[in-house]
This record gives sequence, C-alpha cells and structure tokens, in this order.
Amino acid sequence: MKITKYVITSPESDILPSDIAMKIYGSKYDVNVKETCFGVIINGDEEVIKPLVEEIRALDPSGIFIKERGFPPGDPRRCRGRRGGGARPGYYMIESEAKLLPLISKALAYQAEGEATASEAETKPAKKLLDTKKLEEIIIDEFS
Amino acid sequence: MAKVIVYPPTSMILSDLVERMGHQALVVPSEVRSRVTAPGIDSPPLNMTPEEPKKGLRYAAVDVPSGVRGRMSLIGPLIEQADAGIISIESGCLTGCSGCARTNELVRLLIKTKGIPVLEVNYPKDEVEARAFVRQIKSFLEGLK
Repeated sequence: MKITKYVITSPESDILPSDIAMKIYGSKYDVNVKETCFGVIINGDEEVIKPLVEEIRALDPSGIFIKERGFPPGDPRRCRGRRGGGARPGYYMIESEAKLLPLISKALAYQAEGEATASEAETKPAKKLLDTKKLEEIIIDEFS
Repeated sequence: MAKVIVYPPTSMILSDLVERMGHQALVVPSEVRSRVTAPGIDSPPLNMTPEEPKKGLRYAAVDVPSGVRGRMSLIGPLIEQADAGIISIESGCLTGCSGCARTNELVRLLIKTKGIPVLEVNYPKDEVEARAFVRQIKSFLEGLK
C-alpha cells in the first residue's frame, strides 16, 4: 500500500528541505518527493517509506519531525494549484505547531544529552574511597 | 508496541513523539488515506460521503449535527482501537476534521471514559515546560507494553 508522509524540519534546524530532498534523490529508494517550504512530502510503498523515514530522521534526530498525510502529493482535491490558490486546509495546523518545534527539538536534544551522560556514568567505574592506612602513610610522608 | 490515540488527532508533535518511542500513533490522516485511495463508485473517491454521518450514529445520537457524526465516523474507529491516549488540553489551532468544538468534546470524553491509560498535557510555552512535556510523554510511553 502506498503511504504519504510529511517530513518537517524545525525552523532552527541546520537541515534544509533541499538537503532532505537531495538525500532521497541519492538514495536507493523508489519514492516520489515534493519539496515544500516547511520540509518535504514523500510518497511510496509502506515498506520503503518506513526505513527511509528513519534514515532521514538520523540527519537531525531532534530537529526533524514526521507526520502522516492522507492525500498523495499533488492530489487535485488538495493541491492549491488546482483549487485557485490559498493554503491547503491542513496547513494551518502544521503552521501552528511549527512555532513550537524549536522548543520541542531543544527538549529532545536535552533529553538525548541527559541519556548519553547517564549511560557514560553507568559505564565509568565508581571512584574507590581512599584506604585509611594509605591516607595515614601519605600524612606521615608529607609531614615527616 | 501499543496503539496510542493522540488528541488533537491531526497533531504532528504528539504523533511524532509517539512514533519516536516505538509505538503506533492513531491519527486521522491514516483513516482519510484509506478512504481517498480506495477505488469506489465515486471518482475520485471522497473522504466524506452521505454514508459517513450514518456510521457516526454509533457514537452520537441522530439529533446531533451531521458534521459531528461525520467526523466521529473517522475518529470513532481510532478510539476503539486505542490502547492508550495522549490529550493536549490547549491545542491551539484546530482546523478541518478537528475543527469542531462539539466533536472534540465528544472525542476527549470517549478517550477518557474508555478505561485506557490517558496522559493529559499542555503544549509548552517555554523551554522548561518543553522539557517537562517531552519527559512526561516519554515516561508515559515507556510504561506502555
């Protein structure tokens, strides 16, 4: 079954919609891509889109967001080119949520950073307490 | 992997967070897709036909406006499938299939009374709230099977 997904970049992300489009053009996947101002729309078989979406997300894990879309790209029932202009009906929701994306991506980055620090702390061996006899030796050496 | 319904059912942020954590987000676009891409008598196939308000009678009475019943024919089956729910209380801009206040009230009620784990959150306004928002959703989703 063919599915369609939006790939939306956070306004503060270093990744541009054209970068995503170029990555898809250069990939082995057979999908349709439409570049938009807020990201790209990709359409293809479900088995193809799922791994592709993960690869795209890896470009900027906290700055790229994925959303489902019901209509295929360029569908005459939704495409503004065929409806005499104006925004597509679902665009307003994306526009409203896009304002929050910088906050969410910062929070996701903070969360990922916290997890990395925690796992680093877990793998690091705990500092051993100094033995009292050793401490005594150090004091004797120092003051004798 | 649990099926998690998000409210608003068109939310990009909530559905993305659910999918990131390895669960399936139940959203309206997937329901719309099944209608507009399936071959039928209508050409092109429509997302809403006169049949939909009749299907919506399962969720709302006959004297309820057809707009509510039509929307419920899309969102109702999603609620039935859901194993958990995430509700954003102040959802900001709501348009299209989630642009009806009465339907939204009914959707929230049905999610809350279904007896599934439900998380209620508010969209963040600053960085501190955003961290709490992500942390709450993450710990809620990690607790699901």
